[in-house]
Amino acid sequence: MIIAVASGKGGTGKTTIAINLALSLDTAQLIDCDVEEPNVNIFLKAMMDTRENVAVDTPAIDVKKCDYCGKCADFCMYHALAVVPKKVLVFPELCHSCEGCALVCPRDAISWKKRAIGTIDHGTCGAVDFYQGVLNIGEAMAVPLLRSLKKKIDATTHVILDAPPGTSCPVIETIRGSDYCLLVTEPTPFGLHDLKIAVDVVRHLSIPFGVIINRDGSGDNRVECYCQHEKIPVLMKIPHSEKIAYLYSKGIPFVNELPEWRIRFQNLFQRLQNEVTP
Amino acid sequence: MKQLTVISGKGGTGKTSITAAFASFAKNAVLADCDVDAADLHLILKPEIKKTIVFHGSKIARIDKDTCTDCKKCYDSCRFDAIDKDINLIQGACEGCGVCAYVCPVEAITMVDRDSGFAYLSETRLGPMAHAVLNTAEEASGKLVTLVRNNAKQLAEENEKDLILIDGPPGIGCPVIASITGVDLVLIVTEPTLSAIHDLERIQGVAHHFNIPSTVCINKYSINPENTKIIEKYCKTNNILIVGKLPYDNVMTKAMIQEQSVIEFSDGELSHKIHEMWNRIQEVL
Repeated sequence: MIIAVASGKGGTGKTTIAINLALSLDTAQLIDCDVEEPNVNIFLKAMMDTRENVAVDTPAIDVKKCDYCGKCADFCMYHALAVVPKKVLVFPELCHSCEGCALVCPRDAISWKKRAIGTIDHGTCGAVDFYQGVLNIGEAMAVPLLRSLKKKIDATTHVILDAPPGTSCPVIETIRGSDYCLLVTEPTPFGLHDLKIAVDVVRHLSIPFGVIINRDGSGDNRVECYCQHEKIPVLMKIPHSEKIAYLYSKGIPFVNELPEWRIRFQNLFQRLQNEVTP
Repeated sequence: MKQLTVISGKGGTGKTSITAAFASFAKNAVLADCDVDAADLHLILKPEIKKTIVFHGSKIARIDKDTCTDCKKCYDSCRFDAIDKDINLIQGACEGCGVCAYVCPVEAITMVDRDSGFAYLSETRLGPMAHAVLNTAEEASGKLVTLVRNNAKQLAEENEKDLILIDGPPGIGCPVIASITGVDLVLIVTEPTLSAIHDLERIQGVAHHFNIPSTVCINKYSINPENTKIIEKYCKTNNILIVGKLPYDNVMTKAMIQEQSVIEFSDGELSHKIHEMWNRIQEVL
């Protein structure tokens, strides 16, 4: 079963939920899909053993063959190529690797070279098999890295995906194909507003979902009213607690210090399993 | 005209609350909400929309099944797996490159505009505002950010404003890069948690990569004094000015629930600290 943890709004507690859930299970594969700001291993402290580079294809122009006709630049929807007199400019960070430029080139002057955009790191911590994607600084596109990262999913085990915040391309790429999506929110107007957007996304992708309210008690009850009205299950509430916030600040998963939560996460997992495979 | 972007790397550190607070002080500013994925600034500022622009992110393929001969050339050529074996388009995966339309021998595929969202030019009680919404499961948020910023510039010119105050998105990828390109200064809002410190270092790397000067605000500094010291040391080593240190105070959430900026809601210690921070930022600008 693949469970994605997502939120819309940033900083609501996605990573907290993903990590505490993973640590509460007998065995789990935990994948940090927030490749822009991967934080899982601050808490997990897994022994990392391998690192592989992820590269994308970008065009390389053979100047001996090119006659500067400009067809490649005209075709490119992403403005990753520009042809000026006697020169083809390539802007690799804009390239989506569609290979259209090579297709339209009448002189076969375009080949492909690899450009590194980030890494995929693997490690283990007890029963947790851990992967993270790390996007290089200054890189714009997270999606190609996410595609490579998601190939590591071992669907025969319990897979937990920690999604990035927001609702656009990297989030969709992460949660697409999941069996269940946990939406983490906080009881504030911002939390509610961004929850609604996230609900639209998971409904659009037809993924079963439920809500976890973090910092319960810190705001108002509008999130709960909304969930009730929309018949969305509120699966768990984590209280607004100084102790939990302090443990978070130090990078300590709270199930390690508050063992009663381990059972709650196990029960949560059981509930999801029953729902996904009745 | 000056431009300031509030960013953080990590989400939920307080970017929008702080931007709204600044808006209460800034007398001559246009506001721009560039967190188009999950825009929240409008919940505080309640803009009155004056102009709406339909945003076309990228193109999208349209397959005419009556013309299609099922040769599967498009299926074989698509690098985004956006066409399935039965030659149906998977809308969410299409990046609008046009390769399928190019390889189709019977012209069964056309590339059409994709309605990806809306951009707005608005008026608020704290000044003009540019903002946007991205439709559900749409892409190209970086492009929409650029549109919001252009709209903000237009509003600034029309209203003779000399500052654009930009509420940025979390992360370090394309919408963030689009939000900070060419601005005069960024304010990185961080908090004393190991996650936020890790993310601060990465977002600072991005600002540095694009040669944009940065300043730091340590929000909720009181929740972990040791980590606050780590941030102070990091900033000192890297020559980054800390323009403000704000204590944890539930008044931030209370103001949000009342749909007000913290400055409008309270005249307490937190508001004074934010005022001092705002003055320092103006000096830097």
